Amino acid sequence: MKNSVPTSRRGFLGAAISGLVAAIGAGLGIVALPYLLIPAKRAGQEGWTDAGDLPDLEPETPVDLKFLRRRIDGWDASTVKASAWVVRQPGGGITAFSPACTHLGCAYRWSRTRNEFQCPCHGSRFAIDGRVLGGPAPRPLDRYEVKIAGNRLWLGLVEPSEALRL
Amino acid sequence: MMPALLRWLEERTGIPGAVRRVFGEDIPASAGWAQVIGSVVLFLFFIQVFTGVLLAFNYAPTPGEAYHSLNYIMREVAGGRMVRGLHHWGSSLMIGAVVLHMIQVFLYGAYRKPREATWMVGVTLFLITLGFGLTGYLLPWDNRAYWGTVVTTQIAGQAPLAGGYIRKLLGATDGVGAVTFAHFYALHTTLLPILAFLLVALHVSLVKRHGVAPAPFDDRPKRKFFPEQVFKDACAIFAVFAVLFFLAAVAGAPLERLADPTDTTHIPRPEWYFLFLFETLKFLRGTAERIGSVLLPTLAVGLLFAVPFLDRSRLRPVSERMFAIATVALSLIAGVSLTVAAVVTAPRSAGPDPEALSSATSAIVSGARIFAANGCGNCHSINGVGGTLAPSLNGVSQRHSREWIAQHLRDPKSQTPGTIMPPFNFSAQDRDLLIAYLSSLPSR
Repeated sequence: MKNSVPTSRRGFLGAAISGLVAAIGAGLGIVALPYLLIPAKRAGQEGWTDAGDLPDLEPETPVDLKFLRRRIDGWDASTVKASAWVVRQPGGGITAFSPACTHLGCAYRWSRTRNEFQCPCHGSRFAIDGRVLGGPAPRPLDRYEVKIAGNRLWLGLVEPSEALRL
Repeated sequence: MMPALLRWLEERTGIPGAVRRVFGEDIPASAGWAQVIGSVVLFLFFIQVFTGVLLAFNYAPTPGEAYHSLNYIMREVAGGRMVRGLHHWGSSLMIGAVVLHMIQVFLYGAYRKPREATWMVGVTLFLITLGFGLTGYLLPWDNRAYWGTVVTTQIAGQAPLAGGYIRKLLGATDGVGAVTFAHFYALHTTLLPILAFLLVALHVSLVKRHGVAPAPFDDRPKRKFFPEQVFKDACAIFAVFAVLFFLAAVAGAPLERLADPTDTTHIPRPEWYFLFLFETLKFLRGTAERIGSVLLPTLAVGLLFAVPFLDRSRLRPVSERMFAIATVALSLIAGVSLTVAAVVTAPRSAGPDPEALSSATSAIVSGARIFAANGCGNCHSINGVGGTLAPSLNGVSQRHSREWIAQHLRDPKSQTPGTIMPPFNFSAQDRDLLIAYLSSLPSR
């Protein structure tokens, strides 16, 4: 290609153009990358929720307790339905299990005939104290923090039953 | 390595060759700084697409939620304030650049045969740009957006014959609401972008087909696009980007409080580029008003389209195109003076009720200013006005001690675990003024 611009000047202008384009790219990148890649600061859930009157619990018979909790999801702060499997343990203590199977999050249920929690998705099985009895579940059932004030049951955040191994 | 890769790409896609052809294109010797504006417009268009897509990642396109999600973008998403700032100021710069581009083409007579179609596609793109501005204005769903659009749709309703129909079509017969919002959102994010992409492609391909218009009587040998003109383009684009970045970072974008159709204190103002039209409407009554708001703009647009066919003058150097120069100068004088008049005569933005002010101490007034300046009302409400995300602040001083409030401002989570309120590092003086203001509020 024949052209009248001397090679040295051509090279200089080419480098200057690349520099300007790179500077604009950097300016956009420094805004867009954090925007897309850094999760927002806001916490997902609030602390303690009043889950209602302590249900009448027969020992060792889990109850699927539905309650309302405040949830903050991005810009949306709303009251949503939540649930917990509440159990009066043989020792007398109350435990409240998160309703999500620790395998892949399906909702599991209590089998009265076999006295165990069974997950319909991949066949994980849990004992009444949350232990894994079988199936692919990697850890025992997760529990809500539990607090009892008078006759009211308060549930806190769900705590993973073991530190998650990544 | 590189040459082999380029050859591989060339044989399979032809992309390297296409890039080389773009940079190797012939341009007239007279091309220079005046011809960079078109490139700047194209750059700003891509900035708007880029930042618009980013906003869409965290934006909820329904009235009410739109406001809360934008608030979330600006306060809680990393870089969100900048993304919105770039999109907001990008639109203003885009309008400015488009107008400058049109003035340059008009002064140079670059719309002459065979470039009439290029000009007409350009005028259509100008209208689309205004359409983007008009529809995007509603999307933050704050008071400014709501009332601005109420006025806009009322003006559209003045169109002869079709006015009532247009307002029904926009869902804007009784204020503006969910239907208007959805229509504007669809226009802003789907229809207008598709049209803009197609017409920009057509416009650019027409420019390539006919070549950049040379100055009259320029018979010097042609030059290549690369490197000198590309360098000028890059410099101009970089300068505009620097200004845009500065505006977004320093001035930011406004977000007033949530749209309130019952608010009688709000003073609607359009964006600066519609102010001249806004000011014109102050002087017109009755039929004349319809002429000013609908017929004159329609006529002006018609004239713009017809420019290549109306200009029958012979080819002259730019400096001798007196009619074109006079037209631009007169339009600019009229536009600028109307805009300045609109700015100068604007009432002060609605502040607190003057009667209430006279009985308030200056500490309380200063506290109210701090309250407004920090956007507290975006989440909290006072006397039933303000956000709904956080508790009302009426009676907060009965509910909590001064120390509690001070500590809550400094570190909200320490006093209210799980709260979404961000910490505010006020100076001790500002903090005391703010608490004085909050303590002055009626408890209910």
